[in-house]
Amino acid sequence: MDLYPLFNSLRIAAISSVIVFFGGIFFAYYAARLPRWVKGLLDVALTLPMVLPPTVCGYFLLLVFGLKRPLGQFLAQWGIKFVMTWYGGILAAVVVAFPLMYRTARGAFESFDETLAYAGRTLGLSDSYIFWRVRMPACRQGILAGAVLAFARALGEYGATSMLIGYTPGRTATIATTVYQLWRTNDEGGAMAWVLINLAISAAVLLVVNMLERKQKRAVKA
Amino acid sequence: MSLYVDVEKRLGDFHLKIQFETQGGVLGLLGASGCGKSYTLKCIAGIETPDRGKIVLDGVTLYDSAAKIDLKPQKRQVGYLFQHYALFPNMTVRQNILCALRGEKDRARRQAALEAMLDVMQLRGLENHRPHQLSGGQAQRAALARIWVSKPRLLMLDEPFSALDSHLREKLQIQMQEMLAQFPGETLMVTHSRDEAYRLCRRIGVMEEGRLLAVKDTKALFADPGTSCAAALTGCKNIAPAVKRGSHQVEVPQWGLSLTTAKAVEDGITAVGIRAHYFNPKTPSNMNRVAFTGVMEEPFETTYCFRWANQQPGTEDLWWRVPKDRVGGGLPQELGIAPANVLLLYDNPAGA
Repeated sequence: MDLYPLFNSLRIAAISSVIVFFGGIFFAYYAARLPRWVKGLLDVALTLPMVLPPTVCGYFLLLVFGLKRPLGQFLAQWGIKFVMTWYGGILAAVVVAFPLMYRTARGAFESFDETLAYAGRTLGLSDSYIFWRVRMPACRQGILAGAVLAFARALGEYGATSMLIGYTPGRTATIATTVYQLWRTNDEGGAMAWVLINLAISAAVLLVVNMLERKQKRAVKA
Repeated sequence: MSLYVDVEKRLGDFHLKIQFETQGGVLGLLGASGCGKSYTLKCIAGIETPDRGKIVLDGVTLYDSAAKIDLKPQKRQVGYLFQHYALFPNMTVRQNILCALRGEKDRARRQAALEAMLDVMQLRGLENHRPHQLSGGQAQRAALARIWVSKPRLLMLDEPFSALDSHLREKLQIQMQEMLAQFPGETLMVTHSRDEAYRLCRRIGVMEEGRLLAVKDTKALFADPGTSCAAALTGCKNIAPAVKRGSHQVEVPQWGLSLTTAKAVEDGITAVGIRAHYFNPKTPSNMNRVAFTGVMEEPFETTYCFRWANQQPGTEDLWWRVPKDRVGGGLPQELGIAPANVLLLYDNPAGA
């Protein structure tokens, strides 16, 4: 069995999770400080990919990064093509998984007791020390849960991915697109094998989320 | 050593306009919740920014809207004890204290400062506890220790006892008094409790709706609050509008009586106040007939509700509090008030 789809899926999910992790934290942290109406608009824009069908997200991505579009052409000059390449899958996964990280991180930041940051500042601690050593640890469980959810979503991404990078065995194939392709070509055994692999990974991820949530509840009680 | 504050801030309907200067010792800001006292502390700490004004601490300008000076909280050297102490939950007591010592680069000195503070604040044996494992009193001491090692010029206490069980409060107030006596800088305390203010503050400023009504020595304030608001905040239960009838005579229409006063009555008088402890059946002056309407028993004192014989209908009952052993052989028919115990209350002083 060719394990390329597993490798490709994992690397797309891993890289896009890292991007989404830092991007989500950045936006969640700064969005909490914006005026209410800006925050509302930003919130809608950043959360939309979560409620739109992924194919619609894929459509928008093609609209922007398609090889005949201005930005797509511009990037192609530098040899960067998001269409029909494996790293185009990163772009698709980032767009679709971002809202999960953003919203969970924002929820965690919003429940943070701001007087802790005030206390830190009056004690002479730098803002970055307060962010990394006080705020992040206090919001740790929520942020980790968001990251795991984003990873799971990126791993299972199908709609936007198939629109943007299609299915080329050994080049752009992911687990999700492979399952569809194998089933379509009547290779039910092959499809079942990938389904089981996917099930195992997803179950493991959900188990981690549950453990984090239990820990969070305990932390809140304490 | 002094703190000068003059700030103004509009927040929707709320308008804070306050000016005061410390004179050494503990200054208390006494006011109901929402009067702007915590907001004032936040302005001094640099957490909130006023619309205009000036804040100077020991000759260093922390904030000056005219000169566009607005020091960061980190540069103000102001210690802020928050209501719930704001210990970092992910750190132990030791780590909490050490992080306030980050400015001290010498490791040995940092360690020495930590060890000394653990002794002063009686935190031995608790170094490795996390905040959620501490009792209220221990958390308060740990938070004070953390502030202390950061060497602030000004210590600000925001409702320091409100998060504690009532039976602990008095004990910790005595401890706090001892610790504050050792603090070299100025201390500013915000509270809504007259008992706390009386025990811990040398001087008290009474705040109402963003205004500072008066700053007085604690004992002088309780003896002569001066305004209805200050009288109520210092615990005076019986306050009613009054009219001047002579140089030492006021009429209280709601109570249907007139009272002789010890202090000369000035023209602008608006009300009188009589503390619940100050009625006495054996005082011959200002003696009037009363009718009792209710009773509330406490372990060592009793509060009686009563009305004067000629009191206007629809007005509030008065309160008389008396130690239990003092009332024997039935309730009195009449209560008297010593002229010195009639508090003369005026409108808020102009411009305050």
